[in-house]
Amino acid sequence: MTTVVSTCPNCGAKVVFRWSSSVQTVCEYCKSILVRTDVDLQKVGQISDAMPDSSPIQLNTEGIYRSKSFVVIGRITYEYAQGSWNEWHVMMNDGTNAWLSDAQGEYAVSARREGETLPASAKLQVGQQFTWMNQGYTLSVITRARYQSVDGELPFTTWDKKEASFADFRTENRRFATLDYSDTEPALYIGEFMEFDDLHLKNLRSFEGWS
Amino acid sequence: MSGAPPPSAGAPQARVRALNCPSCGAALEVRSFDTAVTIVCASCHSILDAKDPNLKILQQFKVITGEDPPLIPLGTRGKIRGTEYEVTGFERRSIKVEGVTYDWHEYVLFNPFKGFRYLTEYAGHWNDISVCKETPITGEDSYMSVNYMGEMFKHFQTANAKTSYVLGEFPWQVRVGDLANVTDYVKPPRVLSREKSDDEVTWSVGEYMTGREVWSAFDLGGSPPEAEGVYENQPSPVSENVASVAALFLMFAVALGVLFFIMAGLHGNHTVLVNDYEFVEQSAPYEPSFVTREFDLDGRSSNVEIDTSASVTNEWIYLNYALIDQDTGRAWDLGREVSFYSGYDSDGYWSEGSRNDVAVVPSVPAGHYYLRIEPESDATHPPIQYSVTVKRDVPGLMFYGLGLLALLLPAVGMGWRAMSFERERWSESDHPPTPIFDS
Repeated sequence: MTTVVSTCPNCGAKVVFRWSSSVQTVCEYCKSILVRTDVDLQKVGQISDAMPDSSPIQLNTEGIYRSKSFVVIGRITYEYAQGSWNEWHVMMNDGTNAWLSDAQGEYAVSARREGETLPASAKLQVGQQFTWMNQGYTLSVITRARYQSVDGELPFTTWDKKEASFADFRTENRRFATLDYSDTEPALYIGEFMEFDDLHLKNLRSFEGWS
Repeated sequence: MSGAPPPSAGAPQARVRALNCPSCGAALEVRSFDTAVTIVCASCHSILDAKDPNLKILQQFKVITGEDPPLIPLGTRGKIRGTEYEVTGFERRSIKVEGVTYDWHEYVLFNPFKGFRYLTEYAGHWNDISVCKETPITGEDSYMSVNYMGEMFKHFQTANAKTSYVLGEFPWQVRVGDLANVTDYVKPPRVLSREKSDDEVTWSVGEYMTGREVWSAFDLGGSPPEAEGVYENQPSPVSENVASVAALFLMFAVALGVLFFIMAGLHGNHTVLVNDYEFVEQSAPYEPSFVTREFDLDGRSSNVEIDTSASVTNEWIYLNYALIDQDTGRAWDLGREVSFYSGYDSDGYWSEGSRNDVAVVPSVPAGHYYLRIEPESDATHPPIQYSVTVKRDVPGLMFYGLGLLALLLPAVGMGWRAMSFERERWSESDHPPTPIFDS
């Protein structure tokens, strides 16, 4: 595992990329959103301080998925008409990355899947069925959402995305899929729902009045 | 790992927020932290946007039916399946079936780590509800049943549910007047609910709880409201036992059968006399009675069976029997009629009576016996051939028949109660049972 160390162009603080393929991060000191280029880091934005935060997960939370340990290195928070959810960017101990999503206490782990034939967003309808990797998926909800905030390391750049569509698919087992239409080409994420206790999370936030 | 970042301070502890209603100024406590999407002011019933720093008023609803205080007050904590939850929201939803409105209540339960869970209450019946992670499989006949994790759930009811009262915090945009198409499938003690709005289908699974269980989980005072009638996924108090009762019944019936065969084997059941006679018309002062030869009845006191078969056709013969102990003179009298009639009428062939008769004399002690027989018939009749067979120690079926009946009664009673319970359950569904008796 290689860590890349740079300097924040805004405040001069040390900036560390723990996952070598990360292309964006947030300076821990001045909260500048920084994007990696071939030569240096560029400040592209600034995150605001007081963002609503409902998740018990935070940067550096550790857990276990399918007997592999992981650590949370980044975060995207999306907001939509019915609330918000978090996509936590996690680095697995084998060097791969994945996403741990937390939607109001419903947890799922997923990873990007390339090479599948994906439908255009305009053609989607709730109840439609698709098959990817020999598993049937049923479209349960289409959400129009926009990114609300970012933090930490991300595998792509995202700081000025407009509202985009997300299609969530469920199955008769715990597997699920999400189609992300925030880029010109849709992206497919495939994963499974997890029970909170089965993730063995450590270094969680604390909540007043709860232990 | 070299060059690791300085240890992050981490996000600060999430604190319970205290706010004031922008409409009436009443104090509001936000219990579900930043997961709250809408908050309802308990004082003025304004629905507020929890995501807006100024708590924008989204809707104000007039309480047409007055206050509807939750049975479990907001802020109460309890343990469901080992996890602590706090009641953070409460709503009433209504469906209309054939002009009648049915209301139920839903409690939003919150745990900052485990997320949300719901409790529903209808007429004293409770359900512990959570969102399905596995989607039920709907086949072609999804109107009748769905498969959820290998189990078949039967369609119970489809109705449009309208939110008619809200209180507290909700993790979604709630409004009074919200409509959803709700379909319930049951497999007691569980229920699957499919909620469909314009852009979303949500499946949830519930498990029946008694009021007593809820009261104990939330440590509530007093006693829960009495449950009325039978609820859609209420476990039948009977059907659980039906299988065991049926098994017990079968076990005892088999034991009874075995006992019967053992006892039948112990019975001597031997024939002590077989004789053929002819009864011919004779004129008075002929005395028709006669006695048989002597025969021995041995062993313990037991029964004696007298079988009569007579070649009667459209006539009758009446036999006065007396079983007489030769030594003591004690007599057992019995009269048997053997008659058989048949013919043809507009409906075809008919017959009445039988050419054979069986009579049993109980508890006859051992000894030397003979039979006195006195036949009677019409004044004029053709000769009637008849035979008399006397058997000693015949196994009786009566005891076993009664035993079987005694076993059958509770089994039938239980089956009936189980059926009545199921009929009451399904009478509230979209598939009511057809009445047993036409009124």
